[in-house]
Amino acid sequence: MEQKRTKKEYIDWSQKEAPKSPKARNLILAFIIGGVICTIGQLIQSLLMTTGMIKEDAGIITTLIMIFLGAFLTGINVYDDIGKIGGAGAAIPVTGFANSIVSPAMEYKKEGYIMGVGAKMFVIAGPVLVYGIVTSILAGIIYYLFW
Amino acid sequence: MGTRVGKQTVRLDGHPVIQAWSAIVGAKEGQGPLGRYFDEVIQDEYYGEKSFEKAESKFLRETFAKILMKGNVSAGDIQYIFAGDLLNQCISASFGIRETEIPFFGLYGACSTMGESLSLGSMVVESGFAERVVCITSSHFCSAEKQFRFPVEFGSQRVPTAQWTVTGAGGVLVGSTGNGPAVVHITTGKIVDMGITDANDMGSAMAPAACDTITAHFRETGLPHNHYDLIVTGDLGNHGKKMCLKLLEENGILIRDFYDDCGVMIFDEKRQNTNCGGSGCACSAAVLAGYIMDKLTKKEMNRALLVSTGALHSPTSIQQGESIPAIAHAVGIEML
Repeated sequence: MEQKRTKKEYIDWSQKEAPKSPKARNLILAFIIGGVICTIGQLIQSLLMTTGMIKEDAGIITTLIMIFLGAFLTGINVYDDIGKIGGAGAAIPVTGFANSIVSPAMEYKKEGYIMGVGAKMFVIAGPVLVYGIVTSILAGIIYYLFW
Repeated sequence: MGTRVGKQTVRLDGHPVIQAWSAIVGAKEGQGPLGRYFDEVIQDEYYGEKSFEKAESKFLRETFAKILMKGNVSAGDIQYIFAGDLLNQCISASFGIRETEIPFFGLYGACSTMGESLSLGSMVVESGFAERVVCITSSHFCSAEKQFRFPVEFGSQRVPTAQWTVTGAGGVLVGSTGNGPAVVHITTGKIVDMGITDANDMGSAMAPAACDTITAHFRETGLPHNHYDLIVTGDLGNHGKKMCLKLLEENGILIRDFYDDCGVMIFDEKRQNTNCGGSGCACSAAVLAGYIMDKLTKKEMNRALLVSTGALHSPTSIQQGESIPAIAHAVGIEML
């Protein structure tokens, strides 16, 4: 290559020249979308509690309903658009977790129910589960030893 | 017989002629600035098939059929097919043409495949081993996303340097006789790797390769820098195009006024949310078989240099922390 730069210099230069993510816009949109999702969750929980359900039960049922909504919106090709706007605000709530499992399941259905849906379903959510479980085990051990 | 004029460049004195061409693209490409130059725009992303991979094969198969029809030849008149695509084991190409019973060379040059196939096809015609060959390639947004990134329905945000894989196929029929745009020079790229590891910034990874090939082309052919009416890189996108121009200017090659990039041309990035522009094998193939051939045959342009660019990484190599090797193949096409 007829380059007047080292690799390091080229990488630095190209990063400097590259278009930047609109961080302020992304932060605000993530805050709004994430907030809206959580508010919907809170609304469902409060509604459930007005029927006389205790808080813990209402929380579990709310989570199930939110997971269903995330999966449903993924299935009708809507959640990816919410994700494009909301970024982490759409990814972090449990609806985003549902999206990360349903979207590969839909995509890999063509490869069959065993090696497609079954094997590829957790391709995005897998790491979250693995490290989530590892962390909870560690937290459990610490809790057992010191409390 | 052709003449080797430099380490990377050959001149084809027999002037293989591009006798026919065709591009079939998806809906988004059809709505882009070049929409009217394509033979067909397919609204259904599945193209009536059951999977994205099958749809991509169909794009290639239908484009191939269209080329034969426009060239007024039958499959028996074609001695070789040079084809490739982005998918693992090049399944779009091999499944797309499996019923044709024509000798087939499967190629992998990532998004540079159009330049690679046109180079090899023209060389074979020039050498006299074939009277007619077809050089063709395809890509599909959804199948590429599935293989290289995330499932289509996964709600992720695209970074500003990301590009949008072109859905469609483009190809040309190269023959030894006739009038029309002829392949005159071929500069074959060598791999250039400047250490970029971000698969969402392929413009930066490929710009040095494009610059390297264009520089070699002018140095080895001795042609003046304003020889071409249009010099067009494959899919550097907005960012890569800017980088490539700056790199070329540092090499003393000033082509700003007649330089563009297929990835920039094919989409309106503001209206179509394609971030840095188009990419994929079909990007330079569709722009060649749509826009460039149209301009050449209407004499609105006399000479064009197609520089298809490719990033030769895989998801595995990226996960293992490897940088992205890039390549660019240049083909000089002239109305004689």
